[in-house]
Amino acid sequence: MRGLLACATLARRAAAAAAGAAPARVRHLAGAAEVAEAELKKTALYDFHVANGGKMVPFAGWSMPIQYKDSIMDSTVNCRTNGGLFDVAHMCGLSLKGRGAIPFLESLVIADVAGLKDGTGTLTVFTNEKGGAIDDSVVTKVTDQHIYLVVNAGCRDKDLAHIGEHMEAFNKKGGDVKWHIHDERSLLALQGPLAAPTLQLLTKEDLSKMYFSDFKTIDINGSSCFLTRTGYTGEDGFEISVPSENAVDLAKAILEKSEGKVRLTGLGARDSLRLEAGLCLYGNDMEQHITPVEAGLSWAIGKRRRAEGGFLGADVILKQLQEGPKIRRVGMFTQGPPARSHSELVSSSGENIGEVTSGGFSPCLKKNIAMGYVKSGLHKAGTEFKVVVRGKSYDAVVTKMPFVPTKYYKPS
Amino acid sequence: MAMAASSRLLWASRAAAYLRISTFPRAFSTGMCLSPSPPCRRGSYSTRFALLNSVPSFGFQDHLGDVVYVELPEVGISVSQGKNFGAVESVKATSDINSPVSGEVIEVNEKLSEEPGLVNASPYDKGWIIKVKLSDSGELSSLMDEEKYSKFCEEEDNH
Repeated sequence: MRGLLACATLARRAAAAAAGAAPARVRHLAGAAEVAEAELKKTALYDFHVANGGKMVPFAGWSMPIQYKDSIMDSTVNCRTNGGLFDVAHMCGLSLKGRGAIPFLESLVIADVAGLKDGTGTLTVFTNEKGGAIDDSVVTKVTDQHIYLVVNAGCRDKDLAHIGEHMEAFNKKGGDVKWHIHDERSLLALQGPLAAPTLQLLTKEDLSKMYFSDFKTIDINGSSCFLTRTGYTGEDGFEISVPSENAVDLAKAILEKSEGKVRLTGLGARDSLRLEAGLCLYGNDMEQHITPVEAGLSWAIGKRRRAEGGFLGADVILKQLQEGPKIRRVGMFTQGPPARSHSELVSSSGENIGEVTSGGFSPCLKKNIAMGYVKSGLHKAGTEFKVVVRGKSYDAVVTKMPFVPTKYYKPS
Repeated sequence: MAMAASSRLLWASRAAAYLRISTFPRAFSTGMCLSPSPPCRRGSYSTRFALLNSVPSFGFQDHLGDVVYVELPEVGISVSQGKNFGAVESVKATSDINSPVSGEVIEVNEKLSEEPGLVNASPYDKGWIIKVKLSDSGELSSLMDEEKYSKFCEEEDNH
């Protein structure tokens, strides 16, 4: 996802609020969707959000709820205590089908897709020729000839152009792969301890047999859904791809079955949750010039892929695996004001050693947390340095991630 | 004549260059609350001292969100009408705090380092931010009164 906050709205309100005065200065997470509000796309749940007190903001060309009536702080904590329901229909789901689907996808990502058990998935990275990240994505091998994947809303056009171009070339050489972009479906995320118990009330499928990263096509609340046990919060939960005409009914059913404990949760809390879980936000913590190795995602490079390569930028990445990358992503606790994206990291002698790529106040830990990149060697837990916020230096210390322990549902 | 202030609330002005309002998603502006010290006499106020409180905008309860950190200026520094003197942090955003008046900072609310949430919970009372010795009491007349400010916020809400 590109940076979360509503700069288009900000710009408009700032202009209105300060007639004649200088433009407002608000420093926070980057990301501007410079689209006139009339052109923003709406998900199937748009009216439902508004009716439920959703505060709509532009995000990646869509009008999305940043929060509802409760504060981002309360919303974040509620997701971990009870559960949160997120509209993520702005993200792009697609299926790749055909005999060539697996070898084709493997030419573009670092994952060992062939090695996945049917009906399981994994986090992966689409790479470019330099080994940098084009996007991150959860890919699922449904069968040998069907892969289902979800990519970020902010990268939709870029990713589809990239995949499309390579698919054409692949097919020209005799490959056999087709795609279907699931614009007829809406993606909802249900996360937290009440996710499974609530969802169980809406399906006959025994969810206790479905583990983290598993995928099934099942009937939920009367419609055929793609269900993946995955998420972006660190909690146990699911992403549900439902036919768009049934999306509102499903959302209502989930909220009702939970007796109000599961609450509609917006993008503001979603960002706090993923940061607490130590997960990258594409556009902040991962970008075109950052490799999966630098981003700490070497674990996602399949063993066979390390030996064989065969994906874009493999030479750069394999070399980094051998020699170690020059920079590394780390988690940090910082003092003083929350350290936001692009805050400089310096050694005690004032020498630049890196920068923050995501940061904020953790609603669950009640302290500042941040993610950033530092020179290799300074990335071990316990390493101390300084972060610069508004010209002043404050203490920072490297810590392991996730900041908040994860609760993925795995076999015991 | 060191009168403790009192009585009416004067609010941040929209007028031209006086005040820059940082917005996400609403204005977080510093209003001037001439702090009532009981017994208070309505209609009279000190022209020497002002107590600056955060002025929560109408509409959304958590326009700024829960305040998690307040960056305070040092005692003794000067503030100028319309200029930034500190910052307020919420979970997701940073907002500048701009002063509606000019003068010298004579006291800052140290309690805010331990309890930044006072800015949300008790904006007119315990959540005061700084005390300013006014250098130009004429500035007071350029500020909106409560009624005008309510109207201003309603208009903003309807955008």
